[in-house]
Amino acid sequence: MSILINKNTRLIVQGITGREGIFHTSRMLAYGTQVVAGVTPGKGGEWVLDGKVPVFDTVHRAVEITGANASVIFVPARFASDAILEASDAGVPLMVCITEGIPIQDMMRVRRFLDQNGVRLVGPNSPGLLTPGECKAGIIPGHITEPGNVGVVSRSGTLTYEVLYALKMEGIGVSTCVGIGGDPINGTSFIDILGMFEADPHTEKIVIIGEIGGRDEEFAAEYISDRMTKQVVAFIAGRTAPPGKRMGHAGAIVEGGTGLAMDKINSLEAVGAAIAEYPEKIPELLK
Amino acid sequence: MKLHEYRSKQLFSKYGIPIPRGQVAMTAHEAKAIARELGGPVVIKAQVLVGGRGKAGGIRLVHTPEEAEEAATQVLGMKINGLPVRKVLVDEAAEIRSELYLGVTNDRAIRSPVMMASAEGGVDIEEVARTHPDKIVRTYIDPLLGFQDHQARYLAVAIELARDHWRDFINIACGLYRAYTSSDATLAEINPLVITGDNRLLALDGKMVLDDNALYRHSDLAEMWDVDEEEAIEREARRFGLSYVKLDGSIGCMVNGAGLAMATMDVVKLYGGEPANFLDIGGGAGADKVSAALQLILKDPDVKVVMFNIFGGITRCDEVARGILATLEEIETDLPMVARLVGTNEEEGQRLLAEADLVIAASLVDAAEKAIALAGKGPSK
Repeated sequence: MSILINKNTRLIVQGITGREGIFHTSRMLAYGTQVVAGVTPGKGGEWVLDGKVPVFDTVHRAVEITGANASVIFVPARFASDAILEASDAGVPLMVCITEGIPIQDMMRVRRFLDQNGVRLVGPNSPGLLTPGECKAGIIPGHITEPGNVGVVSRSGTLTYEVLYALKMEGIGVSTCVGIGGDPINGTSFIDILGMFEADPHTEKIVIIGEIGGRDEEFAAEYISDRMTKQVVAFIAGRTAPPGKRMGHAGAIVEGGTGLAMDKINSLEAVGAAIAEYPEKIPELLK
Repeated sequence: MKLHEYRSKQLFSKYGIPIPRGQVAMTAHEAKAIARELGGPVVIKAQVLVGGRGKAGGIRLVHTPEEAEEAATQVLGMKINGLPVRKVLVDEAAEIRSELYLGVTNDRAIRSPVMMASAEGGVDIEEVARTHPDKIVRTYIDPLLGFQDHQARYLAVAIELARDHWRDFINIACGLYRAYTSSDATLAEINPLVITGDNRLLALDGKMVLDDNALYRHSDLAEMWDVDEEEAIEREARRFGLSYVKLDGSIGCMVNGAGLAMATMDVVKLYGGEPANFLDIGGGAGADKVSAALQLILKDPDVKVVMFNIFGGITRCDEVARGILATLEEIETDLPMVARLVGTNEEEGQRLLAEADLVIAASLVDAAEKAIALAGKGPSK
């Protein structure tokens, strides 16, 4: 079982005819995901991937005709916030935004609007969602993990793959893997996902993969202390990152003494989370 | 991207914020002419994108055009925290009765802009935040509604600003918020905002940081990018779409993905080594990008060993291996190299590199241990 997405998810792909959009749509289909439609303004009426997926001009039309209930967004940064708002306007309850580089003030407005409308956005700058064996909404490679009962939530991409792979090597499967994204303002925080994993009867243990910047991990620690009964294992990247430097992700920066890896590690450790010193150590801590 | 003081203040002025009369000069001769035109005492201010200008002697009060020329000559020859002073701002000197702080920035936790004010201006606001957090007052702004007059009044009252300044203060705060939103800033601050001898509010110093991701819609501001803001090697990395941060160690790292790149540095350090850099080649990097990345690492004279950690997804391990080999054909180097390749086409990638005598590692920890051992030994040949 899972959170957010499962075998019944009917997914649309916004930006399906772009290079990334078409490539990852083929991977999602190959994984068994129900990709029911794509959206590219001006390309409505076409079919892509050997006639498997119809393309619509608007999200409204795609939802109306296919009954889609989730969207994954591959639209370039300068058009991505519009794409998110379009999906929200069309009544899509779950959006996953892969796009990196959306201006931060745009994201503040988008997030405020979505909160007021009760719509869930995962990302941006996210590798997406994967419920092993059922559904893949994004770019997480399917073959590096298997179904199981560990929930994984991360701010990162390849670091998450590293962890999924390490789990698989030790025979540990995953309920759902959620990439919340590496941006400073995103749609979904660690605590949102922790709450869902806590409520999911099929998730028994949880892995958090955090990194420097912001205080999302500190809030997660408070949440774990107040609300969680399930075991949490954490890895925090960036102990060696110098302050004031942006480490690849827009959100990975220590500013004004806030966002240090050690502060996050200490807060999580204080509430009983097991801290992995390196990614390959995580499977051992889950046993 | 940071804006220089004079650029920030020009922008503030556009939004109705009063700033001192003044102009920027590239030479001492120009500084003298500006001082003469302004008449009376002026302040010569080094335009560099680092803090601590005052302490370093980069800000001088002078009384005549001749003194201005002399001070500008000295300041223009200076380096402040490693950065050369290429321009000075020549501002009319103001009589200062008191110094306030006013700034707007993004609050990540609240996910909103926040306007901050303090009666303790003129000093490093982060220092005030640490030592006297009660001296800073904040008001959070709904990003959909924008900044409201009542929020400015709230700040004015909270910092005990005299009532006769309220109207000007509200105009300045609203102007600052407009400057912040219309230029996609992540920070816009006036420090100090002074009350002058003749009882006016004046933005004496200004600072703006812009969101790099939004520069595409501000081509006028993007042109103001100061090449001194980042190290040459970091600038070159950016040109190739690589994310690079120079560190002090001896183990050069090349990794795909920012989180994995940080984790790789951490593991190197955990096992007793020192990373020479953070380097993320991003997703789906082809041989060209890999080659550019390796050349960057090899330019660092402190690097004693190179370590590759690639988790192939969209990125193909064989493609990375070809990029490495192509570079090694072009560039002579006897530095030892350790590669850990997992995922898409890993067997082919490992085979190619093993044939070229690279050390192949089975895991991240294994790679770190091998790299550290080799860094201790020096060149392999």
